[in-house]
Amino acid sequence: MNSLRRLRATIAEINHRYGTPRIAMSPAVRLSLMALRVYLLLLVGLMVFRFVTLVS
Amino acid sequence: MNVFARIYYSLSKAWKAVRLYLVIAGPGIVVMVADNDAGGITTYAATGAKYQYALIWFLLILIPVAYYVQEMTVRLGAVTKRGHAEAIFDSFGAFWGWFSLLDLMIVDWLTLVTEFIGMTAALAIFGVPPWLTVVAVILLMAVIVLNGRYWTWEKIALLFCALNLIYIPSAFMVHPSVHDILRTGLVPNFAGGFNGQLFFYLMANIGTTIAPWMLFFQQSAVVDKGMLEKDIPWGRFDTMLGSVLTVVVAVFIVIVTGTVLPGVDIDSAAQAAEQLMKTDRYVGTFLAIGLFDAGLLGAICISLASSWAFGEIFGWAHSLNTKIREAPWFYASYFLTLITAGAVVLIPNAPLVLITLFVQVVAVTLLPAALVFLILLLNDKATMGEYCNSLRQNLIGGFIVIAIVVLSTLYGVSVMFPNLFQ
Repeated sequence: MNSLRRLRATIAEINHRYGTPRIAMSPAVRLSLMALRVYLLLLVGLMVFRFVTLVS
Repeated sequence: MNVFARIYYSLSKAWKAVRLYLVIAGPGIVVMVADNDAGGITTYAATGAKYQYALIWFLLILIPVAYYVQEMTVRLGAVTKRGHAEAIFDSFGAFWGWFSLLDLMIVDWLTLVTEFIGMTAALAIFGVPPWLTVVAVILLMAVIVLNGRYWTWEKIALLFCALNLIYIPSAFMVHPSVHDILRTGLVPNFAGGFNGQLFFYLMANIGTTIAPWMLFFQQSAVVDKGMLEKDIPWGRFDTMLGSVLTVVVAVFIVIVTGTVLPGVDIDSAAQAAEQLMKTDRYVGTFLAIGLFDAGLLGAICISLASSWAFGEIFGWAHSLNTKIREAPWFYASYFLTLITAGAVVLIPNAPLVLITLFVQVVAVTLLPAALVFLILLLNDKATMGEYCNSLRQNLIGGFIVIAIVVLSTLYGVSVMFPNLFQ
């Protein structure tokens, strides 16, 4: 329990430390990055699906 | 000065340059050759058997691709003196930082599993049981890493890199037709048509040449080694030499299986080695030894990439120049990754060959996200100054990102609609 609490505190400290990005991104860039991320994760999902169908 | 004196002077100057290079050779060559890991050897062996020499031209294109991507990490590491994970957290904030770190953790761990798959399969050919290979490898890696010096670790890794060249004599021993290699290998073509299988092989080959862990590894290694801006030209040379070597070795593996096992369905490099032993005992043995070496070299580097990244973000001491009591978390995460990945290989009836090929494809699918951040970081004029990306470098980087996304999409479409590309 204690270790979990400590880990949470460390993550919160990291989030605080890097809370303000040094490179400012416009909303359009942020949106594009998010779209790319989601799209790539979707493709990975497809590959996992393919993997599972091949295994089974 | 007479002719002999002049020749002697030139030779001794060249020898001095070689010796100087051998002293500072490191991250670039290690990361590039380590990328010819167990999964890589499997992919190249399968590519050669499936398409013979027809995709050699594609592998050659990957030389500049690998160089341009990895060279950016040299500049970034030498200028910022920070690892890749820390650079992303600092520049883009915690949200994107965690995303990248999670990507790295998953892909690294999966790749590490493929290294153990390769090593156990290679030694199984010589009758060594998988559990013994896993235990021996973990112990060997503990000895290498716990010596407490980056320099020693790097030189040991370089020694394993040299063993990776074993595939070159193997290719000469199978007497391939040079005419056929030049005729079918160097002319861009898509043998067997434009279909899902081809997309899969192309992606797997890209995935074995550039991977997300390499970005994190090389930048952290540049920092751990203490490279400065003045060392960038050497870092570039080191990376270029590594890019050429990695693809040359890949081409020779393709030549070996393309010559001896054309049309044979190869599932793994170990299976290729066993098949080759029936034709030429020495070539088969070389392939098995090379596979073990590739897995070991890959494991040595990949496990470090994650530990460095975690150390940077969690603020742990994270250098190979530190002893275990000075950096306990760094070494704990290193061995935890290693042991859990090794344990997967011991699961009975796990689809190990399929895992190996899919890991390459998943790694390359996640690569564009990492590349976009890398390119953005290299365009930060305030930090990079004169080492900022030029327009040409941005265009090349952008083209690589787009090409990978298009190829991943084509493969995704071929998975969803298998009859579309026949």
